[in-house]
Amino acid sequence: MRRVLFAVLVTAIGLVLLLSFKPHDMAGVAQPPAAVAPAQASASPSPQGSMESADGRTFDGDAVDTRWGPVQVRIVVSGSKITDVQVLQAPQENRRDIEINNRALPILQQEALSAQSAQIDSVSGATYTSDGYTGSLQSAIDQAGL
Amino acid sequence: MTRHVEKAMGTVFSFDVRHAADAAADAAAADADGAVARAVAWLHHVDAVFSTYRPDSPVSRLARGELGPADCPPEVRQVLALCAEAERRTGGYFTACPGGRLDPSGLVKGWAIEQASLLLTEAGAPRHCVNGGGDIQLGPDPFPWRIGIAHPLRPGALSAVVTGHDLAVATSGSAERGPHIIDPHTGLPAAGLVSLTLVGACLTAVDAYATAAFAMGEAARDWVEGQPGLEAYAVTARGHTWQTSGFAAFTARG
Repeated sequence: MRRVLFAVLVTAIGLVLLLSFKPHDMAGVAQPPAAVAPAQASASPSPQGSMESADGRTFDGDAVDTRWGPVQVRIVVSGSKITDVQVLQAPQENRRDIEINNRALPILQQEALSAQSAQIDSVSGATYTSDGYTGSLQSAIDQAGL
Repeated sequence: MTRHVEKAMGTVFSFDVRHAADAAADAAAADADGAVARAVAWLHHVDAVFSTYRPDSPVSRLARGELGPADCPPEVRQVLALCAEAERRTGGYFTACPGGRLDPSGLVKGWAIEQASLLLTEAGAPRHCVNGGGDIQLGPDPFPWRIGIAHPLRPGALSAVVTGHDLAVATSGSAERGPHIIDPHTGLPAAGLVSLTLVGACLTAVDAYATAAFAMGEAARDWVEGQPGLEAYAVTARGHTWQTSGFAAFTARG
């Protein structure tokens, strides 16, 4: 059942990649990256491992290289529940990336949280083009022992 | 429970192996780890042999005419025979030569996953779920696996839930990556459906036929009804759904 989380997350992630497959708009290169990842600047990937915080334990997935840049997620676990998913790093080299991530990441987070009530072991139909997200997310979930 | 995620063949493979929680659990877990390691090694072997992205792979060399089928590893000839059968059974809607160039990738992934599942079973881990890029083979050991069918029009939502074991589930669609399935008879992107899910015993056929049936559009329904051991669930471009007469046996409530 917890596995759902990973699987259903991946479907949400599909949106990111769906959009990412469109040609990148290089017009925005000179702009400073928007705050896709409020948790951390992309220049300093967080070390792998868990930390305690007031809200629960956090687990950072591995940073996974993708065609568009490294992707790294962090999950926050309270008890055996994931209470938050944060994207520590995401491709944001241009305006298109930033638009995509700003639109998709809230969905990603919402899905992560709602998926936990669905008792699903796996999902068919998601072409896991978002290897970076899935890889990083799974490694965080594995660390959390969920 | 043993979980493993592996990147191979341009996608992500996920292994979920369950074992009994008893005194022998540690031994079972060790066995499962070994079984998964073998399956992972197999996937990378398949990648090396069948990759169309690696110019030195036997399949790339075969496509360029540098090798004949007889010069290739035996599994290449096996896959080519399976492709020929799929082409015949689907009336040409499945093709190993999309765009005129040899590329059996449309069958290789499902075949590789089915073989990986067999490896797990032989290695003593018959209760498993192998998911490669959304195409799934469930092991033969009785277990109430629940497989969500991703909703093609609502990212993150599920459209249906399939349950069972000893079962393959594959979904073809245009929603996530845009229209990428071409009707080989017209050369145009397949229309009519946005998602088609097939269930059946073995993923080699289920995956290849899902792609072919998606390319058939609305005609897929009658075609699948005529295929013993296969059932289909589809979402149409208008957002309606249909299923073949035996599909309900695989669906779960909730």
